[in-house]
Amino acid sequence: MLKVTWRNLFARKIRLVLSGFAIVIGVAFVAGSLVFTDTMSKSFDDIIKGGTSDVTVRPAGQDNWSGDSALIDTRAIPARTLQSLESVPGAARVDGTVSSQSLFVIGTNGKVVGGTGAPTLSFNYNDAPSITGKPSVLISQGHAPHGAHQVALDPTTVDKAGYALGDTVQMISSGDRPHVTAKLVGIGQFGGGGLAGASLVLFDTHTAQQLFFGGRDVYSSVALTAQDGVSQQQLAHEASEKLPSGLEAVTGDVVAKETQDQIATVLNFLNIFLLVFAAIALVVGTFLIINTFSILVAQRSRELALLRALGAARRQVTRSVLLEALVVGFIGSTLGLLGGFGLAAALKAVFATFGLDLSATALVFSARTVVVSYLVGLLVTMFAAYLPARRAASIAPVAAMRDDIALPESSIRRRLVVAGVLGVIGIGLMAGGLAGSGGSGAALVGVGVFAILISVALMSPVLGRPVLRALGVVYRRAYGTVGSLATENSLRNPRRTAATASALMIGMALVTTMSVLGASVNKSIDVSVKKEFTADYLVSNAIGQPFSTKIAEQVRDTDGVAKVAQLQWLSAKVDGQSLNLTASDPGELRSIFDVPARSGTMDVRDGQIALSGDAAKKLHAGVGDTISMAFPTGTQKAQVVGVFTSSNVLGSSLVPFSTVERARLPRFDSSVAVNADSPADVAAVGNRLDALTQDVPTVTVQSQQEFSDAQRAGVDQLLYLIYALLGLAIIIAVLGIINTLALSVIERTREVGLLRAVGLSRRQLRRMVRLESIAIAVLGAVLGVVMGLVFGVVLQRAVADQGITELAVPGLQLVVFIVLAAVVGVLAAVLPARRAAKLNVLRAITTE
Amino acid sequence: MTTIAARATALTKVYGKGDAEVRALDGVSLEIGSGEFTAVMGPSGSGKSTLMHCLAALDTVSSGEIHIGDTNIAGLSDKKLTELRRDDIGFVFQSFNLVPTLSAQENILLPLSIAGRQPEAEWFDTVIEAVGLRDRLGHRPSEMSGGQQQRVACARALMSRPSIVFADEPTGNLDSTSGAEVLGFLQRSVRDFGQTIVMVTHDPVAASYTDRVVFLADGRLVDELHAPTADSVLERMSQIQLRHNRQGPVEFQDAALAGEPES
Repeated sequence: MLKVTWRNLFARKIRLVLSGFAIVIGVAFVAGSLVFTDTMSKSFDDIIKGGTSDVTVRPAGQDNWSGDSALIDTRAIPARTLQSLESVPGAARVDGTVSSQSLFVIGTNGKVVGGTGAPTLSFNYNDAPSITGKPSVLISQGHAPHGAHQVALDPTTVDKAGYALGDTVQMISSGDRPHVTAKLVGIGQFGGGGLAGASLVLFDTHTAQQLFFGGRDVYSSVALTAQDGVSQQQLAHEASEKLPSGLEAVTGDVVAKETQDQIATVLNFLNIFLLVFAAIALVVGTFLIINTFSILVAQRSRELALLRALGAARRQVTRSVLLEALVVGFIGSTLGLLGGFGLAAALKAVFATFGLDLSATALVFSARTVVVSYLVGLLVTMFAAYLPARRAASIAPVAAMRDDIALPESSIRRRLVVAGVLGVIGIGLMAGGLAGSGGSGAALVGVGVFAILISVALMSPVLGRPVLRALGVVYRRAYGTVGSLATENSLRNPRRTAATASALMIGMALVTTMSVLGASVNKSIDVSVKKEFTADYLVSNAIGQPFSTKIAEQVRDTDGVAKVAQLQWLSAKVDGQSLNLTASDPGELRSIFDVPARSGTMDVRDGQIALSGDAAKKLHAGVGDTISMAFPTGTQKAQVVGVFTSSNVLGSSLVPFSTVERARLPRFDSSVAVNADSPADVAAVGNRLDALTQDVPTVTVQSQQEFSDAQRAGVDQLLYLIYALLGLAIIIAVLGIINTLALSVIERTREVGLLRAVGLSRRQLRRMVRLESIAIAVLGAVLGVVMGLVFGVVLQRAVADQGITELAVPGLQLVVFIVLAAVVGVLAAVLPARRAAKLNVLRAITTE
Repeated sequence: MTTIAARATALTKVYGKGDAEVRALDGVSLEIGSGEFTAVMGPSGSGKSTLMHCLAALDTVSSGEIHIGDTNIAGLSDKKLTELRRDDIGFVFQSFNLVPTLSAQENILLPLSIAGRQPEAEWFDTVIEAVGLRDRLGHRPSEMSGGQQQRVACARALMSRPSIVFADEPTGNLDSTSGAEVLGFLQRSVRDFGQTIVMVTHDPVAASYTDRVVFLADGRLVDELHAPTADSVLERMSQIQLRHNRQGPVEFQDAALAGEPES
């Protein structure tokens, strides 16, 4: 039997290569996701460990807040605390750190370097070692900065900005005097390796204090290095003895762990995102493999019957088919693993262009990746081959003697029952998921969607019939006999056609769902911007960083400006839940924006807060209640005086500026809304504001349309990324169509010969194959678009209360999808059609 | 007045090279008169199928010329050959003759509809009447017996009024009753409609329905018989067999008696 298996594998290598390719893509995606996220996390580990000292002394309470860029913690450690720490037993050295993420480098082209994505880290240079024993920062060229007019940068930033040693570097901060210039005297890097796209700006301690603490002799944190033989715990314990209240000493391991955990959440999200697409690719691939093995078994049924007649047991027949699948799965997984490596390298390159440069870390190839890839690849192939293998075994031995063998097929009724049950389960899961919330809710929706898609795939031999019939009418009109031959061919084996189309359906359904959701999001943005964005202009920071209130003062002084409202965003914890706060002057705010109170008043005064309906519900708070807001710097109480309908302008809440001052947080502006004197003045005011902010490249002025466009651009970018990833599922589906057509052509060799003998030209034959291919593709696309529409509408309805209030169906886009599917059908038919046309008429007609 | 429907001149067909060279046809010259029912007979490997495939423009010859009507088929492009097969030649094969997805009527009209021509209603009726399939027109091949399927194939071959019909062992897969029906129809179409038919067969009974039998052996025309009967054909076959037994083993008789189909 083993020999039979091997012979079969070699005899059908092209077909198996095609179906194996589905496995290759699926496994490549799994392996690629794992390799890439492993590499990222290794890269961050290196950076974190290379930049963390044995013990860090910092203001208490920071661990919950780090990474929240809306908050700038201005608490600092005075120099005398640093001096007192120098006498801590076991401390080899004590270094004060002055750090900030609010400074940006401006390139020679006048644009901000980096900005979105990875941060720009500015701090004072010293040669203190990290927990790895190596210095945190190494100066590789030039020298360390000394004095007010010297700076050192990392090499990537130097490259991107277009500076060279000795040049004057332009920088911009969120301070009152935003422009900073210094001479580039050194090029330095983290001791831990790369920067993952972050920029590094190094000053000497005094300059850093000037820039970030207004010249006070204070530090953001203090790094303690342990003497040999002193553990981190010992040193931290000794240090905390000397600390005043409000400061804490934390071991390097804990600090590293905190940072790693924060990054792990992001990496996990990325990993799940990529693995979802891997799962889609594998499900689509499963269809392709089931189909291929079904056809192969059908074509070999006489041979299998002969084996049975010669005494092979059912089990042996099943096993021989499964063994074939095992070999295909193994080869596919191996190639997939290699492909995954390539995919990870490609992802690395793509992320580098987005500013996340991981070039300092080599790709991480862990044993887990290998095990998972093979496991997934083999299991999927074996599962997909199991059904056809079972069917192969049920061929009666006597079939070997018959002329035409029909493989026994499970009844269509049973299939419909299974599909119905699966569909009901899917709808239930989706409903449950939509009622629930968070990650588990989304996962339920995802599983539900898949269950429904598979249910529809099972039903598709029945559902597809009317679609194919309708297409047949068009074909007959347009192409006469060739058209009806193609239609009949597509209807000849409804299950095969339907299974092939189903693979495409899944990809199309997901693409359609995303495009309906994307269009709905964009329309909702437009509607809400029109309704709520009542300002003529919005001054904001392109990278979400707060900026100096000086800008608002200048805006107020600008000719033609009638009304100005300043807004600052911050966040607090209420009952352990994070609450976004918008601080503003209620009077000024209402002069520009129309945000009526649903109950109570929007006129918040000192010690008061107004909540959005959602926030009030989440916090179980109403007018008259008092809530307690925790900031890293302390806690303050606020009385709820009003509840308003959720608004994009205000977000979850409105507080007066006094809340910011009481929290001992600095006053910055996150955005400034501006109204012109008269409509006639709007354009002129816009020009003046542009001129005003021209030399502060981090601050932009947007009109209503520009604001709307910027928001839409973000949605579109994400949408294109998802389309690109779903494109893979569609590529697999196309392979499936090629495979099915190629196998059908082989199966119908004699018929092809006959048609050619009675006068069908090569062109007509190619057209016949092409039309069948288009029929399969269009069937898949139509089913997919219909399913996607249903999913899209249901999902939009479900998230309507989360801001996606409008439903938009991108009709033209959906038509384009179906047309594209037809084009895909034409492309898929190229090789099988050529093969059919090349058949020698005589040999085809006399073939066994 | 006998015009010539097809003419072969000094046909040779060589497979392989050197020691492995096989001369399937070795200088065959043959004229098929218009309105004539001709049988081609010969032992296995005599080249009768090759001859028919070459005459029907399904295979190419190594040397020699073939004319269908006035057309020399040597050097015709695939497109011209396709048109020739579609318009001037009809085919009946031993098995698998019909497109399984089409009904009997659609199969019969297939060559016409491929060419985009309308069938002549009168001729269609005549042919359907002759094959006796009026009540089967809506059926698919899988719903018909082998004999019925073969009669559909015959009707299809006649529909486009080709100048010549080639039949390759048309009764090879049929029982004797169904075979007789098919042969009777072929014979009538020659007599009544003046159709030209060339049929390859190994069955002396089938050959007895024809006007003329040509015998092939080792790629050469060795004999010819007019107005054959089953007995006279069998007698000639025996003679050829004897002649060949002296030269080498040719299992003519066995093949004929066993009814072994040739491929």
